[in-house]
Amino acid sequence: MEKSRSELGQIIIGVARDPLGLMGLIIVGVIVFCAIFAYWIVPYDPIAMDIKSRLQGPSAAHLLGTDQLGRDTFSRVIAGGQVALKVALPAVFGAMAIGLTLGMIAGYGPKWLDNLLMLFFDTIRSFPTVMFALAVVALIGPSLQTVVFVVMATSIPTYGRVARTQTLTLRNSEFILAERSMGASMARILGVHMLPNIIGVLAVLAAMDIPTVIALEAGLSFLGLGVKPPTPSWGALLKDGYSLIRQTPWLVVGGGLPIILATLGFTFLGESLRDVVDPKLRKQR
Amino acid sequence: MTDTLLEIDHLSVDYETGRGDLKALRDITFDVNKGEIVGIVGESGCGKSTLISSILRLTAPNTRFREGEIRFKGQDLLQSSERHMRELRGADISIVFQDPMQTHNPVLTIGQQMLDIQHRSKQSKPDKLAHAAKMLGAVGIPDPEARLKQYPHEFSGGMRQRIAIAMALMSEPDLLIADEPTTALDATLEVQIIERLQELQREFHCAILFISHHLGVIAELCERVVVMYAGAVVESGEVREIFHNPKHPYTRRLIECDPGHIKERARVLPTIPGEVPDLANLPGGCIFRDRCDQAMARCATEVPPLDQLKEGHHAACWLNHEEVTT
Repeated sequence: MEKSRSELGQIIIGVARDPLGLMGLIIVGVIVFCAIFAYWIVPYDPIAMDIKSRLQGPSAAHLLGTDQLGRDTFSRVIAGGQVALKVALPAVFGAMAIGLTLGMIAGYGPKWLDNLLMLFFDTIRSFPTVMFALAVVALIGPSLQTVVFVVMATSIPTYGRVARTQTLTLRNSEFILAERSMGASMARILGVHMLPNIIGVLAVLAAMDIPTVIALEAGLSFLGLGVKPPTPSWGALLKDGYSLIRQTPWLVVGGGLPIILATLGFTFLGESLRDVVDPKLRKQR
Repeated sequence: MTDTLLEIDHLSVDYETGRGDLKALRDITFDVNKGEIVGIVGESGCGKSTLISSILRLTAPNTRFREGEIRFKGQDLLQSSERHMRELRGADISIVFQDPMQTHNPVLTIGQQMLDIQHRSKQSKPDKLAHAAKMLGAVGIPDPEARLKQYPHEFSGGMRQRIAIAMALMSEPDLLIADEPTTALDATLEVQIIERLQELQREFHCAILFISHHLGVIAELCERVVVMYAGAVVESGEVREIFHNPKHPYTRRLIECDPGHIKERARVLPTIPGEVPDLANLPGGCIFRDRCDQAMARCATEVPPLDQLKEGHHAACWLNHEEVTT
């Protein structure tokens, strides 16, 4: 356990040495910090209305002004970050876990199972994400869980395919043959020997995927397919701001800026992580 | 018969390919006794690797066992369940592979890997680690406790091969298959590994099936030797007998070609002219006929059987029959 911690430490040091990586690390750190401690940071209840002070510009009392219902935009941005991570993290890690399992089975198992799983992956991939989301929302209604489900379902094939390819390259390597000749079962080979070889690549993929998911959540909320109205979300802020842009530009800024920052931060982090975890990829770039 | 550990009995193995069946092994018969070191020699492509993977039943999907039996402690491995095979592998039969740079998982420490292969044992983790350290010590890795925390890339090739041997011997198997364990190493290391194997064999009393194309190593290590050519056994017997009195032209030529046997300086190393026949389209008669300088009319029509010439010496060549008849 100590060993793996020091490895994690080495990876973080490696990322921090890269200027872009350091920037990503700081942005992601701030977003995660704000999301975790949102309850203590927000100056106002993000869903408390105050009609008298509606559509205000930035002031000492309201850092980013207020919206059409007098809600504090800054509080809603912070709370929206929490929602964004609540969607992104479970969706990405859920998709990674399922995709990894299915992908490894596809890569290591019999040919017919591989074909079946690949058909399944390709079927999912053939749906445009937003269309798929529309259908699911129409079916079970908009909510946080719906967004998580849609995002997870649409990104499983990406992880599955990568895990499958990695497994296929590893399955004929000599050390796997050596493990088989030592009497290791399929579960042992996949879990103990393949997994540590594959997980690094998938972790990088996940880090690069988080901004996509955040943008997707914002997009769905913007279309009214995401989280339900009183819940603050960056996409919902953007949607409100879009219709009120003549009255106040601060809603659009409050919704748009964090999306841009989060996307940039996670992308920087992901790219830097990729270079640190796999030096071979850096040369190809 | 009680001291026979492994019996290979008229084994024939084909690979199904687009060009038809590739007859990788034909009518292989030999035994390995308990605690004995048997060598298998033959050039590349003679079926050595197919033989090993058949014994472990870790064959490619297009492998077809056409005939014969592989009996381990009297039980036919070709009829055993997959589960039974898995129980045998790494417990009663283990293997050391050719290339030590490839046989360890690059992302796990040696200690983690040695713990993992003891998954059958009910011992506690510290006991298993102690056992792993003891085994590393036995193969001559200095400071084994500290070395357990290192990754494979932190070891040299010779050390990795010794670790592979330690792993293979960890469960005290009855049969150790060594698939050209010294081919990827240099000559000095080769001697070290061979000596270590000999010591360990005395200590653990396991039988070793030693595959090599290095005759010197076979002569040094083995008691008996099986000479294979193009998927068939051409000669088998005690090492001394085979090396001093080879009865098959292939064996004779092989010994002549061994650099250790060359007395005079030559510009070109001696070779056996000709090529191995196409296994998918075997010619009739003796398989070595085209390359044999003593081929006769009979060799083109009839396949010479593997006959016992004297106690413990078999060869498949019509020349030996001529001697008997004339």
